[in-house]
Amino acid sequence: MLNSDAIITVENLSKRYLVGHESEAAGGYHSLRDSISRQARNLLRKTADMARGRQIIQGDEVEEFWALKDVSFEVGRGEVLGIVGRNGAGKSTLLKILSRITEPTDGRIRIRGRVASLLEVGTGFHPELTGRENIFLNGSILGMTRVEIKRKFDEIVQFAEIEKFLDTPVKRYSSGMYVRLAFAVAAHLEPEILIVDEVLAVGDIAFQRKCLGKMKDVSRDDGRTVLFVSHNIAAIRSLCRKGLYLENGLVKVCGGIDEAVREYIGRGDSDAFDGTIPAELPREYSTGEARLVRLQLHDRGGNQVHAIVTGEPLDILVRWEVSQPIEEGMIEIGIADSEGRQITQSFSNHGGAPAIRMAEGTHEIRLRIEDTIFPGRYSLLAGIHKIDGATVDFVERALDFEVINAGRDDPNYYPWTVRGYLRPMQSWGEPSRLARKLEPAGTTRATNFDH
Amino acid sequence: MEIILEAGRAEKNYWADLWRYRELFQVLAWRDVSVRYKQTVIGVVWAVIRPFLTMVVFTVIFGRLAKLPSEGSAPYPLMVFAGMLPWTFFSTALGDASNSLISNANLISKVYFPRLIVPAATIVVAFIDFLVSFAILIGMMMWYRYVPGWQMLVLPVFVLIAFLAALGPALWITAANVKYRDFRYVIPFIVQFGLYLSPVGFSSTVVPERWRLLYSLNPMVGVIDGFRWCILGGESQIYWPGFALSLVGVAAFLWIGIRQFRKVEKTFADLI
Repeated sequence: MLNSDAIITVENLSKRYLVGHESEAAGGYHSLRDSISRQARNLLRKTADMARGRQIIQGDEVEEFWALKDVSFEVGRGEVLGIVGRNGAGKSTLLKILSRITEPTDGRIRIRGRVASLLEVGTGFHPELTGRENIFLNGSILGMTRVEIKRKFDEIVQFAEIEKFLDTPVKRYSSGMYVRLAFAVAAHLEPEILIVDEVLAVGDIAFQRKCLGKMKDVSRDDGRTVLFVSHNIAAIRSLCRKGLYLENGLVKVCGGIDEAVREYIGRGDSDAFDGTIPAELPREYSTGEARLVRLQLHDRGGNQVHAIVTGEPLDILVRWEVSQPIEEGMIEIGIADSEGRQITQSFSNHGGAPAIRMAEGTHEIRLRIEDTIFPGRYSLLAGIHKIDGATVDFVERALDFEVINAGRDDPNYYPWTVRGYLRPMQSWGEPSRLARKLEPAGTTRATNFDH
Repeated sequence: MEIILEAGRAEKNYWADLWRYRELFQVLAWRDVSVRYKQTVIGVVWAVIRPFLTMVVFTVIFGRLAKLPSEGSAPYPLMVFAGMLPWTFFSTALGDASNSLISNANLISKVYFPRLIVPAATIVVAFIDFLVSFAILIGMMMWYRYVPGWQMLVLPVFVLIAFLAALGPALWITAANVKYRDFRYVIPFIVQFGLYLSPVGFSSTVVPERWRLLYSLNPMVGVIDGFRWCILGGESQIYWPGFALSLVGVAAFLWIGIRQFRKVEKTFADLI
């Protein structure tokens, strides 16, 4: 299976972390004496650990946690590998090991070529230094030589669009300028292997698109190998041909990007996740009369999912429990963008529907929103209100979900990063030709869409 | 170029890597220096005031009140200052370096480079301060109309020794500091005790002859004596057996420091 063409070969890679817990029993100690003796025991243990040169772990129970287990794959020269998986699946750990930031616990990696990793935009930027100084600082940190930076300096400045602020300390930059500068430096790296983690999630959409374009050029024209982690499925789909899907530190799919993405999206079925609203979410407006307990998103086939494909309707199921009957109530469902800004909302009395009689017990209601949103990351919020508007319960970010770009052959496929959120029902009229000849110059203006 | 990553694999080309990253070393050192002076009103003057006032206090206490002898006919303040120079360099370097990894945690957890660069670069900042203090020394020598001998030309060698003397313990403490933050409280201790244990405010000739060799186990004794020998010229004599012993001490600390640092270097990103 060894491929002589492989630029990165990962064999049986594992990474273990030790995590400390406060034990159950420790939670309820009563006397000062108990507490002191516990502290003393802890101190003794820590001192012993220190003397032996072992890692000190807070808490009194140590648990092993395998961030990666037995991971093997290969990447060929010039390939662009997209790595997908939910938070905590091990994506970042994998990139950190490949970037030599941390050491594997087990297994072996062979890398042929110079690696540059971009795990964060603007690593090492110093707020007191000017834009110019930070270009040199950041460039050297990312592994460029001074000569290289000098040669590309103008290009970097131009790409970042910050000519006027070159000699201003970056602490006075807007966050947009900061990100643009940081990415501009990184985009001009010339390693054989580029490792990129979720850095496109920042910056405005126009700039994101510019960066994606740059990354495409890098892999296509220069034949560079790129490892790319992102939650932005549309970006992954448009950049990568190969995909690696990680789940709880294990490789689930290593193959084509479409297969990996399909598995990643379909993860809801295989998992025990039932849409229960996490207990730790704040509920500031709750009166205690009724409580939202579950929120689920279903795809067309009725499977519970975390993501739907553009063009599919949102099929939402809400379950709530009533402890004190509410004569006339209603349910609210809202959609917020990835930064928590609400973009729309819907009430169960929409269009003159009657109020819900909420007797004691468990209730459920379904809501179907037709194909209306663009690809992106969103979250659902939900509320229970009385018909007069008084709130009984309200939870934000109750369920994160994603609308992903459709496949290349689907009519709903967008070959670029879309701007905005809403995809209202729309119908374009038939184009018609008004005249055979152009009118004299100055009376019409050509409209140019850069899409 | 091929790299193999495995658990516990010692990197063959570590020192070559260190050389490859020399530009990063320069850039980090330059960053530390320029940031240090960027938002201070009197900037460089801080590097002047601290050693100068300490010198005044030591001269009054040890020279005037305790009436300790100077070396040869050299003025007491000059002798104190010649000792202050390496000592201030050593203590600043030790303090800055040992905190360097923690204050650069964002770098350590996001990019690879030989970690040795970070503490080493902070020592450069201490060296800039040293150069400023050195200017004061020259001013003082002119004030006392003190002409240095040929020994002054050997001073760079002793500066290098001072650098290595600081690097060893600094690396050791830096590495330990990442794992156990207790060590950050150890530094002020070392610096405070060390100031009195080392012959800074007084000449090492004050130490009785039979204790002299034992006293030289402190690496800074050799460094300070060396500085005085260079700066005060013929007025100061080096106690050679002690000096050799101090050199051994410097080398031993350096060896331990680098070893300890290399041992835990790869786990920094997980611990920090």
